[in-house]
Amino acid sequence: MPILLRCHRGIGLEVSGIALVAADNFSARYDLDRSRGIFSRPSHKLAGESYVDRILVLDGAKGGVATAWMLRDMRARGIVPRALIFNRVNPILAQGAAFGGVALVDRFTGDVTQLLRTGDMLRVDPTAGRVEILNRDA
Amino acid sequence: MRLNDEEKAMLAGELGEIRRWAMAHQIAVGEFFDAADFVAVSQAHIMADTESLGEAGVRFLEGLAAAPQPARQVRVPAITDPRGIDFAIYRRLGQNAAMAALERRAIAALSACGVLMTDTCINYQTIMAPLRCEHLAYGDTGSVIYANSVLGARSNFEGGPSALAAALTGRTPRYGYHLDEGRRATRRFELAVSPRDLSEWGALGAIVGEACGSYWQVPVIEGLTTVPGSDALKHFGAALASFGSVALFHMPGMTAEGAVFAGSPPKPVQIGPPEIAAFLARYGASGDKLDVVVFAAPQLSLYEIAAVADALDGRLVDPGTTVIVATSPEIKHAADRMGLTSRIEASGAVVAQGICFYQSYAREMAEAKGWTRLMTNSAKLVNILGGYGYRSSLASLERCIDSAVAGKVL
Repeated sequence: MPILLRCHRGIGLEVSGIALVAADNFSARYDLDRSRGIFSRPSHKLAGESYVDRILVLDGAKGGVATAWMLRDMRARGIVPRALIFNRVNPILAQGAAFGGVALVDRFTGDVTQLLRTGDMLRVDPTAGRVEILNRDA
Repeated sequence: MRLNDEEKAMLAGELGEIRRWAMAHQIAVGEFFDAADFVAVSQAHIMADTESLGEAGVRFLEGLAAAPQPARQVRVPAITDPRGIDFAIYRRLGQNAAMAALERRAIAALSACGVLMTDTCINYQTIMAPLRCEHLAYGDTGSVIYANSVLGARSNFEGGPSALAAALTGRTPRYGYHLDEGRRATRRFELAVSPRDLSEWGALGAIVGEACGSYWQVPVIEGLTTVPGSDALKHFGAALASFGSVALFHMPGMTAEGAVFAGSPPKPVQIGPPEIAAFLARYGASGDKLDVVVFAAPQLSLYEIAAVADALDGRLVDPGTTVIVATSPEIKHAADRMGLTSRIEASGAVVAQGICFYQSYAREMAEAKGWTRLMTNSAKLVNILGGYGYRSSLASLERCIDSAVAGKVL
């Protein structure tokens, strides 16, 4: 039976995909090269990694408001994460997810960057507030 | 969320498709944050630079602009954050015609909706300072934290789409910093140092921001021995918001509200000269060839522009270094009228209006101009530009100018 994590009700539609996890924060402007689809900030724990089509699992949001617009443009150009899973986000990430049509959940019991691992196959259901780890048994 | 009759009508599309979209977007965000209802806002501040919008964002705005005028008109005063292009100088900065064309399309679309193109992140210094308890939909982290903290107004971070939605509906979901309980202090810092200039005020904001690390933390800063002034708290707040995603701070006796802790006051974290020095040391690079010096983030006040003019008087910037001074259109016009622009530009520096550098295709400018080493007195700017491929140095305005004249980081 897959491992089930409960969280607050999120934004967006159910999606499945592969996790990319780090105990670090996130801003599309601060951290990404949105032309190449990679983390470009040298000090970020995911520096050099492609975020395209991955389910990003991170701690929280950084400053800046640009992500609210950028997720929609990234989706239109096919270089967007498949979903966002955070411990807790700020309004900008929620607004960006709602505007950009990207699934987002947060507020778990426990540190989600420790509960999930890079490479995990996940099913994210924002409406139900559920994340399932499909490749590991409870 | 509880909706009143007008909000239900907007959601049902009775006031047009644009207001239906705006209300639906705001409900999605409001329900995510457990907002019980909406609160009316007096003004909206919309971040909509074209680097962030991209083609998809501009097309979205053009879709709004294509609606009949009554359906697309904003309902409360709505103004803009800095844009991506200053049309007078964009080629000189390595920006291209495609960027300028996208910018013109965005401006036309926003203007068609009744948005006032102020192009500034220092609206609280130059357009209209809000009052205590005034509910806002501000869309620049620096303007939000200044309005919340220094002035006692009430706003969450409202990204471009949400600030635009608030302008169209005249309201925003009531959660976070619109609520008394959201404004209670959670962290405590005690200063054993008096920052000496704006770069050190920014460094202080960065230190507190890194320690807080969350939008939902509200720091109290105690131990100030002098009144900082508006520009100092502008840089402090901008760095605090940038490094920590923080939207509200209290400085008892100086900022608008008393610091009420959510529980027992925590033990204060001490910040003294060693912490400031250690932070500045992260951004040192003495001797490096200097490609570009930027005074921006936030845009400069008239007093800051005058300080740059004073520091550059009678001096020439090294031919291998570009100096950019970014301010709002209102301050640029004042600086032109008062002779400050001509004094600055006599040195070879350029005064830009309506942009703020990092919102202006910073990566593409670096690639076009071959820029790597950047120097600034803005802690916010050095934080942002790390991901854009710059190696950034943080120093006082005077040291930045001395370095620009020398052509290397001093």
